[in-house]
Amino acid sequence: MAIEVRIPTILRNYTDGAKAVDAEGATLDELIANLESRHPGIKDRLVDQGALRRFVNVYLNDEDVRFLGGLGTPVSDGDTVTVLPAVAGG
Amino acid sequence: MLTISQELADKIVSHARADHPDEACGVIAGREGVPERFIPMENAERSPTFYRFDSMEQFRVWREMDDRDEEPVVIYHSHTATEAYPSRTDVSYASEPNAHYVLVSTREEDEVEFRSYRILDGEISEEEVRFIP
Repeated sequence: MAIEVRIPTILRNYTDGAKAVDAEGATLDELIANLESRHPGIKDRLVDQGALRRFVNVYLNDEDVRFLGGLGTPVSDGDTVTVLPAVAGG
Repeated sequence: MLTISQELADKIVSHARADHPDEACGVIAGREGVPERFIPMENAERSPTFYRFDSMEQFRVWREMDDRDEEPVVIYHSHTATEAYPSRTDVSYASEPNAHYVLVSTREEDEVEFRSYRILDGEISEEEVRFIP
């Protein structure tokens, strides 16, 4: 089994158009590293200087990972990780 | 071109007026580019110069759209002291390539500015808006 990662429209150019892809890891950080090995370039859109980008929301199942443990959040098989760019502006 | 019912456009303007002087924001969900379902969102920033969807509300709304095979056809927000034209931050955070970005200005109490844009790869293109009954 693996962890399903749901990809927003704007990042689907890294996943050949797929809305959801599988990845593996014990923490969100490892999961993103694994995702990067399968879909090169995607990590830079999610992480900047060792932290999640401020205007990218990442959810583990139904929770925003900012309220869990950020990149250190443990993940396990069967979880769903959802990436959504924040909707924001001035 | 954005084609939108007068009723939905009026709802956007009412929301913007109600939240003035803070910026108001929200989504109109729909299918195949037709805006249908009005979803006012909370501005988590509660600011006259910035807006951001609350992350948990966004998650619920995006999942609901996914379940219903809808997309965010329109993403709207208001400017409360400046014209209805995308700011630099609007452009840098624009992240829905298929959405019509609607800007409303509430700087004049008795005048409505309602304009629509595509924002793609840092480029703004204004489009015509057609209001239908």
